[in-house]
Amino acid sequence: MDLISNLALGLQVAFTFQNLLYCFFGVLLGTLIGVLPGIGPVPTIAMLLPITYALPPVSALIMLAGIYYGAQYGGSTTAILVNLPGESSSVVTCLDGYQMARRGRAGQALAIAAIGSFIAGTFATLVVAAFAPPLAEFALKFGPAEYFSLMVLGLIAAVVLASGSLVKAIGMIILGLLLGIIGTDVNSGMQRYTFGVAELSDGIGFVVVAMGLFGFAEIIINLEHKEHREVFTDKVGHLRLTWAEFKEALPAVIRGTGLGSMLGILPGGGALLSAFAAYTLEKKLAKDPSKFGKGEIRGVAAPESANNAGAQTSFIPLLTLGIPPNAVMALMVGAMTIHSIQPGPQVMTSNPQLFWGLIASMWIGNVMLVVLNLPMIGIWVKLLKVPYRLLYPAILLFCCIGVYSLQNNVFDVMLTVVFGVLGWIFVKFECEPAPLLLGFILGPLMEENLRRALLLSRGDPTVFVTRPLSLAMLALAGFLLLIIVLPAVRKTRQEAFKEEAA
Amino acid sequence: MGWIRNPKDFGSGCLFAAFGVAAIAIGSSYPVGSAARMGPGYFPRALGLILLALAAILLIRGLRTQGSRVAYGDLRPILIVLGAVLLFGLTVLPLGLVLATILLIVVSSMASHERNLKEALIASIALAIFVVLAFGYGLKLQLPILPPMFTR
Repeated sequence: MDLISNLALGLQVAFTFQNLLYCFFGVLLGTLIGVLPGIGPVPTIAMLLPITYALPPVSALIMLAGIYYGAQYGGSTTAILVNLPGESSSVVTCLDGYQMARRGRAGQALAIAAIGSFIAGTFATLVVAAFAPPLAEFALKFGPAEYFSLMVLGLIAAVVLASGSLVKAIGMIILGLLLGIIGTDVNSGMQRYTFGVAELSDGIGFVVVAMGLFGFAEIIINLEHKEHREVFTDKVGHLRLTWAEFKEALPAVIRGTGLGSMLGILPGGGALLSAFAAYTLEKKLAKDPSKFGKGEIRGVAAPESANNAGAQTSFIPLLTLGIPPNAVMALMVGAMTIHSIQPGPQVMTSNPQLFWGLIASMWIGNVMLVVLNLPMIGIWVKLLKVPYRLLYPAILLFCCIGVYSLQNNVFDVMLTVVFGVLGWIFVKFECEPAPLLLGFILGPLMEENLRRALLLSRGDPTVFVTRPLSLAMLALAGFLLLIIVLPAVRKTRQEAFKEEAA
Repeated sequence: MGWIRNPKDFGSGCLFAAFGVAAIAIGSSYPVGSAARMGPGYFPRALGLILLALAAILLIRGLRTQGSRVAYGDLRPILIVLGAVLLFGLTVLPLGLVLATILLIVVSSMASHERNLKEALIASIALAIFVVLAFGYGLKLQLPILPPMFTR
């Protein structure tokens, strides 16, 4: 079977000493930084990206993927032990995980999180391997009109599934698209919005945008509140689960894995949505929902499995269509472009080693996560004791050096400050920054495809609705917008996200 | 300002409007071309117009709906943190990585509620050593380590 020979190729690539090493480093560094409260995967990846520049593309992507799972999992550890979500997808884990820790069951919570993540990761890797090739083949038939419509659909779906105001989210996308235009126009060679600044002629680096909007702004917001942490460091206890506990949690793990794998593929989905949906599902299915929020093991198992599965399957749209479904994948696009790989359906055929090596390394990364996290939990716990007043200056320093090293350029550091200010304003005005990053990454691609589609149709805009695939995607985008505007759906959506705020 | 009833929406509306106007105004000299042969000005102008439309919705919502006030909170963190980063950007080339690191850490540490100058100094020196070893020698970053005037 193709799948097996492909996976074998991937394992061959991933199992070289060098790539195993980078995968390990990625997972280790990702966990290390992910454990620190208040730093999500986006700034973590942005911060560590420069380390991967010198590596060969396969190793670099394997390492970045490792950083992503590491950061994701590290966030869960923080959520369970400190009740501070290291990143948004761990918010749900806080609910029951922290309560388990308070009741002296921190060890069990950590163990089920690790086991659930591993099961989910294994399954999701297979999903990626099975679904990516047919989807990529399908996407190869896309013309510019289809691509443009697909990007519209991707961006719309990303904001529909996100929380907050729809108008603001669309505005943020447009703003991102506009910022993506800055630089030299590939077709005319004209400098757009560069104000004669030489450093801007290649456009703004996506790390600059991500670091300013996510990294700096987060640090500033964290500093506005007085620190208040209660760490259950001495009470982690033993990590062994009893058979009864495992049996109780396993169905939740399986349901979380399934749900997460599905939701991860959707644009705007990924880890966060998966975790919320899985938690809600468990609560609905439970015989006694009142146990949730009071240290219910299934309330940890389901979202943890779901967010890991979702994190993994969100690679599918990236690898097959070249469309990042969320902010983390947007960073991955940037990382691939740095290694001069244009993400899209052609990657699988033109670069099968990279494609399958990355997929195989996902599974290896998950094994490493379990190996790394359970025995080494003591080290992560010690890290949690480091006060924020010592942490954030160090984070700032690594951000600054990381941004500088992009192009050995001080200008980028200054520009990050500008995005820091913008990011802070966005937080104050309740504008989600993630859609902006998606728009920013997709901007040039979208313009190019719009231009090509209209060139081929001789300026006839109906090309987007006369080609059936393109029409279907635009119709779906319109439908998504419509259901959000309808009041009934709007109400439940608000309720769903109220739990997030609480 | 009693007539702005939803400051967060109104504020984002102003922000989007500013960007939209800037995009159109600065881009007004870029040739638009036609749909079939798009010039460099086509896409940005279209985006600018959409952004203005969205801004208008938000501005109207800002006047008509009720919303909570913007909690600007303490301005110290943003000023100090971003000031420290700016300082790092200005000093890293003329003063070198060691001094710029120490400056960044000490200054940015002052943004915390529990600031402690002595602790910050110690941390800054430890981090400077780490950064020089990891980035200067390890990853061979192109940055002066000490002030260039001393190393010559």
